Amino acid sequence: MDVLLLARLQFAITIIYHFFFVPLTLGLSFVVAIFETIYVITGKEKYKRLTKFWGKLFLINFAIGVVTGIVQEFQFGMSWSEYSRFVGDIFGVPLALEGLTAFFLESTFLGIWIFGWDKLSKGLHAATIWLVAIGSTISALWILIANAFMQHPVGYTIVDGRAVLTDFSQVIFNTPIFSHYPHVISAGLVTVAFFMLGISAYHLLRHNETDIFNISFRMAAIIGVIGTIAIGVSGHTQGQELAETQPMKLASLEALFNTENPASLSIITIKNPFTDDMILDLRMPGGLSFMEFNRFTGEVQGIYQLQKQYEQQYGPGDYVPPPVVLYWSFRIMVGAGLIMILISLFALFVDLRNLYKKVPWFLKLLPWTIALPYLANTTGWILTEVGRYPWVVYELLKMEDGVSQVVSSGMLAVSLIGFILIYGGLITATLYLMLKYAKAGPLLAVEAPADIAPSLVNPPEPQ
Amino acid sequence: MTLNTLWFIFIAILYTGFFVLEGFDFGVGIVLPFLGKNDLQRRTIINSIGPHWDANEVWLIVAAGATFAAFPNWYATLFSGFYLPFFLVLIGLIIRGVAFEFRSKGDNPKWRNLWDWCIFIGSLLPTILFPIAFANILRGVPIDANMQYVGGFFYLLNPYALLAALAVTILFTLHGATFLSIKTSGEVEQKAKELVRWLWLLVVLLIVIFLVTSFIITDILERINFLMVIIPLITISSILAAGYFLRKGQFGRVFIMNCLTVAFFMFTIFILLYPRVMVSSLNPEWSLTIQNAASSPYTLKLMTIIALIFLPIVLIYQGWSYWVFRKRVSTEPKQLTY
Repeated sequence: MDVLLLARLQFAITIIYHFFFVPLTLGLSFVVAIFETIYVITGKEKYKRLTKFWGKLFLINFAIGVVTGIVQEFQFGMSWSEYSRFVGDIFGVPLALEGLTAFFLESTFLGIWIFGWDKLSKGLHAATIWLVAIGSTISALWILIANAFMQHPVGYTIVDGRAVLTDFSQVIFNTPIFSHYPHVISAGLVTVAFFMLGISAYHLLRHNETDIFNISFRMAAIIGVIGTIAIGVSGHTQGQELAETQPMKLASLEALFNTENPASLSIITIKNPFTDDMILDLRMPGGLSFMEFNRFTGEVQGIYQLQKQYEQQYGPGDYVPPPVVLYWSFRIMVGAGLIMILISLFALFVDLRNLYKKVPWFLKLLPWTIALPYLANTTGWILTEVGRYPWVVYELLKMEDGVSQVVSSGMLAVSLIGFILIYGGLITATLYLMLKYAKAGPLLAVEAPADIAPSLVNPPEPQ
Repeated sequence: MTLNTLWFIFIAILYTGFFVLEGFDFGVGIVLPFLGKNDLQRRTIINSIGPHWDANEVWLIVAAGATFAAFPNWYATLFSGFYLPFFLVLIGLIIRGVAFEFRSKGDNPKWRNLWDWCIFIGSLLPTILFPIAFANILRGVPIDANMQYVGGFFYLLNPYALLAALAVTILFTLHGATFLSIKTSGEVEQKAKELVRWLWLLVVLLIVIFLVTSFIITDILERINFLMVIIPLITISSILAAGYFLRKGQFGRVFIMNCLTVAFFMFTIFILLYPRVMVSSLNPEWSLTIQNAASSPYTLKLMTIIALIFLPIVLIYQGWSYWVFRKRVSTEPKQLTY
């Protein structure tokens, strides 16, 4: 395999893996902070148990999120050094800021939170987890600002073949940020909502610590309703921006091959990838125009026309991101999102009417729905990033010009296999611990780690 | 002072902060299998750095991020050129970070043993590889006219780099053992103190040999100045002072002297490097410098303002976290978090 393909594959695998854990960190940190704050205010022991229980799961998730995040920061330089040279002037700034303003905050105060239960006053202790939660959201902001530059470069000028920063405020207030950031934050809320709904339902079904899990269930249902609606709204805004900023991404994810006005919305489109023949194309007239412009007319450009336009502008080449990947990623994401809106609403209804005993099937179903936000988070990013093809920085730098020149395919193969093996082992360990602590409930979470007999680790030394 | 020089200093400070702080928790990880002879002792050892290791590691993240922002060419050439070493560093940091959190959450002795090994290997890999990287940056590596590293992986494993790796590994081990001798009690504390006494002289010798070698094999003597003499001398004085306090049994002060030793050891490398950031062994003209590797003046200015605002804040709250956990780790298993 060639260097470019391996470098892309490695980046894709490591970033998808990393982002698997990030949304839960974002959402769960606030949940834990809220529970601990209620504990501080009311002094009720059950809120301390709630804090410790969800806190334990938060820590397991946080650890793996942190270590897989370091890979990303190094990887820009390792496999994408020419990209790093090209954008360092701009892209490095939010990255450095993320470390300075967010990672320090998160890691320092999380350390204090974990170890400081008996060392700080209750209020101060609760404050530390708020700082962790704030740190996580700041971190998300900086990295999305960095990503927004790749999607929609602004505030720069090209000097000697490198992008040079001219206006940092433009980089910060870049258009995509206003929809991407709420979208990712609400993804965090939705993820924690389904995570909590699933685990709470598991325990409620078994009548285990119902006081704890009723509260968790209610909180999760509320967060779920807010989160799923917010994610829909911010996602819709994002879609509308595409018509202007990244029409090719839009055309690919909608499988719109020819420019239309009014543009139809694909219900289902299947094309033979080898012959380019349309097998099935069921469309709703004017639907896409409505999605993009809130009215049933309006031109949306098609893949073929955009390809020609790009060839004229940037020279010969393939400018079409794989429509199959984009089309289905988009539909899986939106489909999962719509199902999650319904489930959240129903969960809230069940809780408000206290119908827990009447809907055991729903409680049995909920643990399985934890997969939904993960599916949507992953497909959402695949859509965003693969849709950037063939650009690393939109309309400025192509992938093949961003990849490292001195890294061989052999080196990349070594690291790729290494990451896959280590990540495979880690996900197994993470799932094992998550299941162990989630199933055991608060009893285990409030305890110190089990003390195992000294002789089990090392045989006693003969005297 | 130009902004480029200022950013060279900032980055030197960030990497030095990383070495001083993570230096002792790497050291603690390295001595873990040797000083922790049963589960309780190992837990005590891990809990001593429990609240700190993650924040210590952020110094590296920020150092790398700042290098990216202030000197993109340095970041690009270094990380792509030293691809495999950095890959191994990542593997080390990954398994180590997870191990702290996961280890005591399982009850099976094999599970805990596995993660203890991850902590050991994960601490050892970066401890060995970072000095290899820095020694090579200073010694000079084949960098061509296009700022690309054209040597292979094995080129990096030259005797000078290996000497640096050995010196730093023993130095960090000493640093970690000293930390344990002020943060633990009982058997672990005693064994840690014993280890400190054993290692100290070896560290002195290795540091002196490394510094002398650095003066011989690099081009320093041709362009020597006051700072290039005084900073290595402070390094040696610090480690000697550590020995003085060691004889008096004042381990808190030994620890402070170790911190100074690590800091001035790093400053030595950076002052010898300046104004280059990566020396080319092919042609001095092709070296990366604080000029040709740097970002635009606008970015540097922006970053300066940001750093001057946030670095002091970070130092204050990180300092506070050390104050919160100033006491020795409890030997009561129920009191241990990890």
